[in-house]
Amino acid sequence: MIEQKLITKNIGKIDPKSLASYMAFNGYKMLRKALRLGKEHIIEQIEIARLRGRGGAGFPMASKLKAVATQLVTPKYMICNADEGEPGNFKDRYLIENNPHLIIEGMTIIAYATGIERGFVYIRGEYKEAYDVLASAIEAAREKGLLGKNILRKGMNFDIEIRRGAGSYVCGEEFALIESIEGKAGRTRVKPPFPTTEGLFQKPTLINNVETFATVPTIIEMGGKAFSAIGTESSTGTKLISLSGNVRHKGVYEVPFGVSLRDVIKTLGGGAEKGRKIRMVQLSGACGPIIPEYMLDMTIDYDRFEIFESKTGAGAIIVIDDRFDMFEILVRIGAFFAHESCGKCTPCREGIFQMNRLLEKFNEYRATEADLQLLETLARTIHQTSLCGLGQTAATATISTLHYFRSKYIDRIEKSSLQEGVTNA
Amino acid sequence: MPNIKINNVQMDVASGMTILEAARLHNIELPTLCYYPDLGIKNDCRVCVVEIEGQKGLVTSCSTQVREGMSIKTHSARALNARKIIVEMILANHDSNCTACARNMNCELQKLAQSLNIEKNRFPSVLDKKLIDEGNECLVRNPNRCIKCGRCVDVCRSVQNISVLDVMGRGHQVTVSPAYGNNLNEVFCSYCGQCAAVCPVGAITEKDDTSIVWNALHDPDKHVVVQVAPAIRVSLGEDLGLPTGSIVTGQVVAALKRLGFSHVFDTNFTADLTIIEEGHEFINRVKNGGPLPLVTSCCPGWIRFAEHEYPEILKHISSCKSPQQMFGAIIKSYYAEKAQIDPKNIFVVSVMPCTAKKYEAKRPEMSINGRDLDVDAVLTTRELSKMIKQMGIDFRQLPEEPFDDPSQTTSGAAALFGVTGGVMEAALRTVKEVLDKRPLATIEFNDVRGIKGIKEASVTIQDKEYKVAIAHTLGNARKIAKQISEGKSEYAFIEVMACPGGCIGGGGQPYGTTNQKRIKRSESIYHIDDASIIRKSHDNPMIQAIYRDFLKEPCGHISHELLHTEYTNRKHG
Repeated sequence: MIEQKLITKNIGKIDPKSLASYMAFNGYKMLRKALRLGKEHIIEQIEIARLRGRGGAGFPMASKLKAVATQLVTPKYMICNADEGEPGNFKDRYLIENNPHLIIEGMTIIAYATGIERGFVYIRGEYKEAYDVLASAIEAAREKGLLGKNILRKGMNFDIEIRRGAGSYVCGEEFALIESIEGKAGRTRVKPPFPTTEGLFQKPTLINNVETFATVPTIIEMGGKAFSAIGTESSTGTKLISLSGNVRHKGVYEVPFGVSLRDVIKTLGGGAEKGRKIRMVQLSGACGPIIPEYMLDMTIDYDRFEIFESKTGAGAIIVIDDRFDMFEILVRIGAFFAHESCGKCTPCREGIFQMNRLLEKFNEYRATEADLQLLETLARTIHQTSLCGLGQTAATATISTLHYFRSKYIDRIEKSSLQEGVTNA
Repeated sequence: MPNIKINNVQMDVASGMTILEAARLHNIELPTLCYYPDLGIKNDCRVCVVEIEGQKGLVTSCSTQVREGMSIKTHSARALNARKIIVEMILANHDSNCTACARNMNCELQKLAQSLNIEKNRFPSVLDKKLIDEGNECLVRNPNRCIKCGRCVDVCRSVQNISVLDVMGRGHQVTVSPAYGNNLNEVFCSYCGQCAAVCPVGAITEKDDTSIVWNALHDPDKHVVVQVAPAIRVSLGEDLGLPTGSIVTGQVVAALKRLGFSHVFDTNFTADLTIIEEGHEFINRVKNGGPLPLVTSCCPGWIRFAEHEYPEILKHISSCKSPQQMFGAIIKSYYAEKAQIDPKNIFVVSVMPCTAKKYEAKRPEMSINGRDLDVDAVLTTRELSKMIKQMGIDFRQLPEEPFDDPSQTTSGAAALFGVTGGVMEAALRTVKEVLDKRPLATIEFNDVRGIKGIKEASVTIQDKEYKVAIAHTLGNARKIAKQISEGKSEYAFIEVMACPGGCIGGGGQPYGTTNQKRIKRSESIYHIDDASIIRKSHDNPMIQAIYRDFLKEPCGHISHELLHTEYTNRKHG
């Protein structure tokens, strides 16, 4: 089997709206165990597990935990990033809607390990169902003394508040998210300082993705060593994959790191629809590279995924078959980023807008050789000089196609020259 | 002390320093747009990107700290290409009709484009033309020239603590404007002009009144006179090729005469007059049991701020008009009578370090008779500099010429009005000596000097101790206003100036004002005071004469007609 269900093992078995149902499957047992093990031990297990952040950047979680745990400044905050605004990503929603207590338990264990007493879940505004499920789960946990003051009568205090986003993509970026919780417009901040030293309300803040928190009880359960045996050397454990696009069986799958894209698409996704051929695959979401079919033997792995300096992303695979035109897709992606750019830094604000104009020229058979040159320089500049992750990855799709599908660009220029009024100046 | 290399030059630099600071310390110039000394790091424009050997991306030098062994290339192919394309993109969304811009030849973006050798922009213009905000007397906001660097937003928020300007919208639609796209006159803007002073381009500028002044000068029926504020003589020079802080008092007079003004007066004269009036107002309030604290009123940005946000404290603000308005009123009454000229034919221009003074001059109550305004036109330091250049005057070659009477003689105390703490020091010299009825033991009040945001001092007058405070920037003014409003102010007398450093750091001063320059200008102001024969306002014989011949007594009937004013609660519209 390609699937290996660790954190999703109880999904489908438990009733997400019932704490009792979660308890029946050993719910909150790992919290009890963690409280017995002690703070240092928890962080140590996560370090041995070599758990890396599941939100996209793949930052080692133990480093963040230590950075926050050693901060003497109080209060310290925890943020669970459930903004999941990246197109093609829906695994956090899947987790929240189907097993909300797992996330609460994971957050509470981490709160204990780091001495944080207040947590926020920043949830995507469109996730109404997930919000309702999570809100009632938090309420239920609070009633049972699993959140709030003196948790499990062990003298530990921790509570969680949900904040709903208002539809802005950039609020998934950690500092824009923090600004948003503070009640400001979602625009990133200058780094350093990083959130672990000066985050929410200028206090030390631990910010991680939903899936990262949801993985914590599993590590406590099986131990860091056993967890690290799963997956690959650089990427341990399992990853939730949001599989979508032109495949037969779209959905969320949990697989160990190291399986190939082809396996996921073919074996789990059932491959292309009948009579269709896979033309290209976009990884991570709108922010990720577009790769050709022949590269699908690549394995899912933090290091391997670093194509064109873009990171793994949160594990989305978007399959595109032969019905769709590359330039139409690029223009659509560009429009998305232009709409979502916060407008703070020049390359993102002006660059994406100008990049789209160039992509439109290709899409509309009006492109010249000079346009191709400018597009290449511009895309690289946007990637290299933007302030935050949004701008840095907005050109990834274009950069990757310029590399893997260069012939399509040349072809467009040639076809453009046949059009009236387009001169190859 | 990290050892780093910039463009292959080894250097030891202090740890914690940014690449930009290290480079500039070693005379390596790096282009910047959003960066401004003394303001926060915004990291928006990305123009200052450099390459660090062994790193994939580019980093912004304004925000990246040096590390041991770092090897930095400021002008590598990658950095230069990125910088060039970024500036091209900015230009493509900018009204680049340079010759029609107030900042032509004095524009940071223009200079940058030139240094990057941008002859032809590879991007087409994507400028979406927006309306220009010209709804007030002081500032013009041209969103078509705005490059969204965020300097004005920063200074308005973190220095002035007013946050009138902010970034609106997102992505390519971003604009910098007051909330809901309002104009400046529709919001609580003090017109301090700090936004205009830090703007790298022509997106916020003072409203240009040079044409009005030229027209008056060319009108044979007009008797055109001009007054010069205390802070101009230590700042104008640096805009005309002289070192920062150059004292150019006599040259300013000579230049103004050459521009065609018939008489050139020194606002220091009415600064002395202000001290007599305000000093007696203070003495009266102390005698009559308040209301105290008494707060100074020379700064129009502060007045407008208080009227908008703290109208409940207006009774604490001195009823004295500012020196600018006092002089206007004196010219159109005392001087007009003496010179036998119909005040209607007198056109009073003032040269001020300030944009808010343009608004102050147009306040309807600032008139001698309810109709004719005390002051007809206000020029900022920058506008006067422009007129001098337009006239082709070589400022550095000018002889020194004296001011015209009644302002030939002024005190050192009056000169101090140009710097934070100066009005307080001038007032204390007079109030203490008049009430103590014996000469001051020391003329300087050092506690009120310096660039600390809020300064405190205590002064013993007639064996009683009085606490005084001095605030500059509206951020600090707010703290003082709040204390008064809550009845918690422990001071008897407070000086407030809206701009950092006082008028020497005013919103109308030469571009590129930094704390360093403010300090230099202040030093020159104190030098002028030191070198003055008369150091106290009440010792000025011309002041004694005007009371003898015309005003009769401080805070008397004529003074109230001409030299005092009132304020308006503007909190609700």
